[in-house]
Amino acid sequence: MMRVTAPELEIAVLVLGMVILMVEAFAAKINKRALAFAAIAGLAIVLIASFFVAPLPSPNQATGFWSFYTADRLSIFFKQFALLTTILVLIMMIDYAPVVRRSFPGAQDGVGEFFAIPIFTCAGLMYLVSAIDFVFIFVSLELVTISFYVLVSFTRRNPITLEAGTKYLVLSTVSTAFLVYGIAWIFGVTGQTSLYRITQALANSDVDRGVTLLGMVFVLVALGFNIAAVPFQIWVPDVYQGAPTPVTAYLSVGSKAAGFVVLLRVLLPFLTLPQTQRLIVLIALLTLIYGNLAALPQANLKRLLAYSSIAHAGYLLIGVVCFDVRAVTFYLVAYLLMTLLSFAVLIIVAQQTGEEISDFDGLAKRSPFLAFAMLVAMVSLAGVPFTAGFLGKFYIFYAAVLQRQIMLVVVGVLTVGCGFYYYLKVVRAMYWQSTTNLTKIPVNGLSRLAISALVIATIWLGVYPQPIFDALKR
Amino acid sequence: MVLFIIFCPIVAAVLIMVGAPARKTALTASVLTFAATLYLLATFGDGEHGFQHVTSFTISPEWRLSFTTGIDGLSLIMVVLATIVTVAAVWFAGTVERYENAFYACLLFISGGAIGAFASIDLFFFYAFHELALIPTFLLIGIWGSGNRVAAAWKITIYLAIGSFILLLGLILLYQSFPPAFRSFDIRRLTVAVSLGQIPADAQHHIYLLLLIGFGILVSLFPFHTWAPEAYASAPASAAMLHAGVLKKFGLYGLLRLAIPLVPEGARHWTTLLVVLLLGNIIYVGLVTIAQKRLDWMLGYSSVMHMGYIFLGIASATILATTGAVVLIFAHGVSIALLFAIAGELRRRTGTLAFDELGGLARIMPFAGLAFGFGVFAAIGLPGFANFAGEIMIFFGAFKHGWTMDGFHIFQIATVLALWGVVISTVYMLRAYRKTFMGTVSEQWKQLVELRPTLRVPVTLLVGALICCGFFPQTFVRMVAPTFRTYLTANR
Repeated sequence: MMRVTAPELEIAVLVLGMVILMVEAFAAKINKRALAFAAIAGLAIVLIASFFVAPLPSPNQATGFWSFYTADRLSIFFKQFALLTTILVLIMMIDYAPVVRRSFPGAQDGVGEFFAIPIFTCAGLMYLVSAIDFVFIFVSLELVTISFYVLVSFTRRNPITLEAGTKYLVLSTVSTAFLVYGIAWIFGVTGQTSLYRITQALANSDVDRGVTLLGMVFVLVALGFNIAAVPFQIWVPDVYQGAPTPVTAYLSVGSKAAGFVVLLRVLLPFLTLPQTQRLIVLIALLTLIYGNLAALPQANLKRLLAYSSIAHAGYLLIGVVCFDVRAVTFYLVAYLLMTLLSFAVLIIVAQQTGEEISDFDGLAKRSPFLAFAMLVAMVSLAGVPFTAGFLGKFYIFYAAVLQRQIMLVVVGVLTVGCGFYYYLKVVRAMYWQSTTNLTKIPVNGLSRLAISALVIATIWLGVYPQPIFDALKR
Repeated sequence: MVLFIIFCPIVAAVLIMVGAPARKTALTASVLTFAATLYLLATFGDGEHGFQHVTSFTISPEWRLSFTTGIDGLSLIMVVLATIVTVAAVWFAGTVERYENAFYACLLFISGGAIGAFASIDLFFFYAFHELALIPTFLLIGIWGSGNRVAAAWKITIYLAIGSFILLLGLILLYQSFPPAFRSFDIRRLTVAVSLGQIPADAQHHIYLLLLIGFGILVSLFPFHTWAPEAYASAPASAAMLHAGVLKKFGLYGLLRLAIPLVPEGARHWTTLLVVLLLGNIIYVGLVTIAQKRLDWMLGYSSVMHMGYIFLGIASATILATTGAVVLIFAHGVSIALLFAIAGELRRRTGTLAFDELGGLARIMPFAGLAFGFGVFAAIGLPGFANFAGEIMIFFGAFKHGWTMDGFHIFQIATVLALWGVVISTVYMLRAYRKTFMGTVSEQWKQLVELRPTLRVPVTLLVGALICCGFFPQTFVRMVAPTFRTYLTANR
């Protein structure tokens, strides 16, 4: 039987990325779509290979490579998560390619890179979920954000995209600065960058707790930026709206998931400090309230999904407060399915009409398939049973009730009510409203397959969640 | 068999969405479901305790979560109610102008969700099936509603969503309050654990309060009732029939199924609160009902008001009164469905339900007038109809509860006040009947036509159910009483 070790997965992904980039550069005549298919096939092979990787327990005393890289179950699971996300985003990018091509008048250039760069982002995400050392966290986070700088502003002729790119660049740099600064404070007090050693150092009573806490807060600022938690969410609506839609999907799923894994790993040493939990409770409350209230009046679907992404960060943070890794993981999987599903439909519909919610008017007549897929996505995001989104909320609330986080539970239930309003606004547009434009909307085979798979997975996991827990347990 | 009854409407709904002929499929499915339920009713073993026809599929051994269905007397009565009303609602729906397939699919989803909730022994699916009806209700009111449909659709959806999440918290807390060895989503295991005294009293107080608020919102308990009249007034008749007749009863069924056996101490603790709130339903909402100027709003408010009696039966927690509550749940479900059906037919013909514009319609539509009259008499609680049987049992049971020779206590006072509710409902029901069907016919209604002859079938079905159950309530009592006897004696 073939033996694969975890680091080989990232190497394979990096090699794939470079090969595609080289082919793109030197074989000028090649059909760019073929590159995308090659990338999808390559990532799919890596995804399959990842199931043959035996997870290693986190070695505490390891030196060298294994002191900053872990191949535990959680990281393997989220490597698969990152690969799956990237594959789905690439499928969306194929649908979106005409829009990209339109913004490069006269030439086809640029489209090839559009398919290659996500592969590097994927490698960055895969490294990030394995990182157990601050230096490695920083390096892999940079790999992710730098590739996002390019992706976010890819269609740069569009002024909104340019604005989004600039905003993302500036604010992301600031957050990186906070991360480095925080790491420096923590290193200054404990003399360590490895998360495990920091835990040990903090157990020692002569460490200055106040200063460590300060460092932790700075790190939290940077991670808060990544997961779109209030008050570090200012960039989210504009960047999500301005970026090319597949990139928005990638940002809201890939970047957020990796951010949460890192958050869980980074917080572990600091949980002994009582202030940490209170701080995160506060952030979670703010995120829940802001994300849900601000989503209420939105009329642009991309912007609505941006605020909804903030809102879901709030629910995920409830899971983080309770430190329930399984609940957070399940929620992230559910979030992946339903968010990518809604973006996939959005990309196809937006090319025919537009991105406003009113552009979805009468979609049920024009394309019952897309309307039903969007219905499942919205209903799951809102949290109706028999969808993955409901079970995600169920596990999160279960953890919160178990720990008697009364405030979070009360606010959580009220914000769920808000969620029903703004998600059902989309359903209302598709099914209630009528439209004069009755032309059918074409869906190509690959997208149809991906959307059907996502719909089935959303409902399947809503009834039978066990596979996810088994994957974490194995 | 139970699985067939649950999934027949759901499968039919999916088929209709895919493109099967809407009305035929829906009618076939609902009649088949009803026939299967009658078969269950005929073969139901009265003497046996506990659930029958149990099937179970394990979902998660670690959480002790499984998809378990089965019926006992209590759930069978609820399923019978659901299937009768479904047949009538589908039959009355007739031809639909926009998106006919979606309309029938939504109706069947509501019906399947309600049946699934009633027949689930597992808490998780009990909850989840009920939620299956949420989105179809939103669409039914939003797309095919009348009047202020947009506001009504939003209101009912958000109210019910928040109510169900509060209920979910209650269920989670219930699950967690048991020691890990006894945790399960299976209602039977939980009942056993409770009888072993595995759930502390103070935890029960919190759980019951959450369940009461959660279920209370779903059943339109005062002061959480404001969604109901507006939604029922705006909904298409079939949706109002199913929702007011069947789906709303989920909350009452939940209190009977969960609150009484699993958190008896909590129920005792909050009795006073519940009695005060249910008097709000009976007296306050009753008076509001009298003030209504439109038939649909009047029916919406009256359905809120009648919940008060059923709550009285549940609150008193005596075998007689809880059994009466079940009979009244059935009776009210059938009678309100009948009233909404006739009101819907009137609206279809006249385009209005304002009392000022109607009048004398019995002369033009004698059959509709007769059917509506039966519904009105049943709703008032005339002897011979099922509602009377239910109400009288509730009043006797509640009055007896805590009765001592030295004077009236809370339940005696509540019963006396609730009896005034009967007078109130007589006032508004007869007044509505007079303004709609009696008096002189206005010129514009002269050319109205009578109900189609085929519609006599569902009307006969509903009236027949009311009269059968009214003359032979003991059939139902025999089915339900053993369940409550075990519940209520175990907790004494």
